[in-house]
Amino acid sequence: MADVKCECGHVNPHGTILCEACGRILDESQSGTKLVDMRYEGSARRSQVYNKTIIDKIWNFFSSVKVGVWLIVITLVASAVGTILPQEFYIPPTVTADQYYQEEYGWFGKLYYHLGFHNLYSSWWYLILIASIGMSILIASIDRFFPLYRSLKKQTVSRHEGFLKRQRIFGITKPDHSEIELEQIAKHLSEHRYKVRLENGNILAEKGRFSRWGPYVNHIGLIVFLIGAMLRFVPGMYVDELLWIREGETKEIPGTKGQYYLSSEKFILEVYEQDKEHENFSAAIEKNGMIAKNYQSNVTLYKRDGKAIPGEEPELTKIKDHKIKVNQPLKYDHYAAYQVDYKLDELNKMKFHLTNKESGETFGLITVDLYDPKPEYDLEKGYSVELMSYFPDFEFDENGEPSTKSKIPNNPAFIFKMFTPDTPKGEVSFVAIKQTLEPLGENDYKLAFAGIETKNVSALTIRKDLTLWILFAGGIIFMVGVIQGAYWNHRRIWIQKKDGEIWMAAHTNKNWHGLKRDINRIIKNTSLIEPADQLQEGKSSKKGKINSGSTKQ
Amino acid sequence: MEKKKQRLFVRTVILFLLVGALVYTLYANFNKDNNSAAKKGSEAPDFVLTDLEGNKHKLSDYKGQGVFLNFWGTWCKPCEREMPYMDNQYKAYKDKGVQILAVNVGESNYSVQNFVDRHKLSFPVLIDKDSQVQTAYDIDPLPFTFLIDKDGKIVDTVKGELTEEIIKNHMERIKPN
Repeated sequence: MADVKCECGHVNPHGTILCEACGRILDESQSGTKLVDMRYEGSARRSQVYNKTIIDKIWNFFSSVKVGVWLIVITLVASAVGTILPQEFYIPPTVTADQYYQEEYGWFGKLYYHLGFHNLYSSWWYLILIASIGMSILIASIDRFFPLYRSLKKQTVSRHEGFLKRQRIFGITKPDHSEIELEQIAKHLSEHRYKVRLENGNILAEKGRFSRWGPYVNHIGLIVFLIGAMLRFVPGMYVDELLWIREGETKEIPGTKGQYYLSSEKFILEVYEQDKEHENFSAAIEKNGMIAKNYQSNVTLYKRDGKAIPGEEPELTKIKDHKIKVNQPLKYDHYAAYQVDYKLDELNKMKFHLTNKESGETFGLITVDLYDPKPEYDLEKGYSVELMSYFPDFEFDENGEPSTKSKIPNNPAFIFKMFTPDTPKGEVSFVAIKQTLEPLGENDYKLAFAGIETKNVSALTIRKDLTLWILFAGGIIFMVGVIQGAYWNHRRIWIQKKDGEIWMAAHTNKNWHGLKRDINRIIKNTSLIEPADQLQEGKSSKKGKINSGSTKQ
Repeated sequence: MEKKKQRLFVRTVILFLLVGALVYTLYANFNKDNNSAAKKGSEAPDFVLTDLEGNKHKLSDYKGQGVFLNFWGTWCKPCEREMPYMDNQYKAYKDKGVQILAVNVGESNYSVQNFVDRHKLSFPVLIDKDSQVQTAYDIDPLPFTFLIDKDGKIVDTVKGELTEEIIKNHMERIKPN
């Protein structure tokens, strides 16, 4: 593993193909080729040289572009698989994933679920794939950037003739007054914004070297992006929760660790009305009927004072009132509450008149709060109603007994006992929506439905994302790298005197046509002849093995 | 040689950093679903709730006793079935230093009182009106039981319906010596 000393005196790292300074071919296998491989300037990529310890082996694995490409292909395929069926967080919350996939998609769904594809994007192997791509990007870049940088930094003006001869663009001129012409050419080069270095009457003209760093800048952007994505897993960096809040309710805001509370005063749904809008719209409104104009939750944000333990009545300080509309979230302390959903007219209270069935005379109104019913409603003068049973979400269970499905009053039902001076022992009545039963025989009185009170419910998404700026920064760096590499080219022109002849060679990492145009402008009004494109020559005559010198990096 | 050693060192450091970041992400990802404080082996989150008689019950006041903490709802049939067993075991263990606290998941006082009267429950029944305690304990589905020892540590968490035999075993596990 000794370093290689070139005949020009420059010491190159082991594995170097072209001397960093003079460009002489150091790798014997290259000496027979017509063109040199200019990739990475023929520098020694460390991964291809060292393979000793386990660390080196892992390093070299990730350094390989081939491995990187395969990792990307595998990740792409895996990501595609995750879109075949909906992911678990999109399935309805009422069914378990186990049942859902089997019932909806049969054996395929069952297989999909058992292979864990229902949570593909947060599975351990997917995360490892992404992390491996990150490693590959970072290590491959380190392994290529530093040798390339070193080569370009160490390059000398005078190059070995084997190097010049094997450039894609190369030509020899036999002029009469070479001295004068070289100066003129150097001037032309400067005029075309080449950086010109002169040494012993030889010229190296170079421009746009910084475009060679484009891919590495681009990779730094990707790494920053991945770091940003990783930070989402750090507690406190990222919150995405849903809050359902009824009018009049005060609730802890999820994801804020009990620090903030929100109360909802009102939810408003407005629609476009024909007579209120400009007449141009009336046809459209008539055709489409209800068109939503505004979804709005009027809320108040509170901060909790001190540390309350769960269940304890928190002491709240009001921070501000806000009207949350679509795209106008309530923002505070990096948290944002967005309007995402609503439920109109949720049952809240039910009202009944105690009524004599025969005469139709009423003896008072009772209002049952469906979230806090009272055991007894006294209507005075000997009239009262006792609540015997309450079923907020009424159904008959498997034994035919009345029961409730949940605690939410979606379909409330009651068993009341009505007391009047006529019926001091009480009469039992089963009351549900649009339904009254008298299970213990005919009654003289009934509870006649007298209306409902409803409340609207807002759904708010609670979001906090401190990683967003990192993702932005990563994206911007990524684009800078792309632009840097795509819109500039690294062009070099070598002009050297050899035994009274003038040798000219040129190289670019892309856009050979642009380079040739540059050369034509520069040699205008000089006796230099235009150098040939040896690759095209080779193509037309089809002779010999050509090392194409593909130069993309 | 110096240079090569340095290179190996740099490579090792970079690889360790990358692998460290990966391991952290995997760890955080697996724990994001159960990142509530109420995990087996951890300290039980403290709470204060009021029972039907209006008495306040603070979990930390029960230090020195085992606590059988049960979350339930009146509509939940398995909860209803295990209630009488819990009541029996409560009577057997309350003098042996094991307390039962049954937390209802925020139904109306009326419904809970009705349920308690119907089943003649003698242990304290608390109502978690605005779901704060459920959030702290990350309850889903019902019934859900936490076994808390005399030091306030969660010995075990149990999802689903319990038989009288199992309840008795659990009571033994959290009984202070």
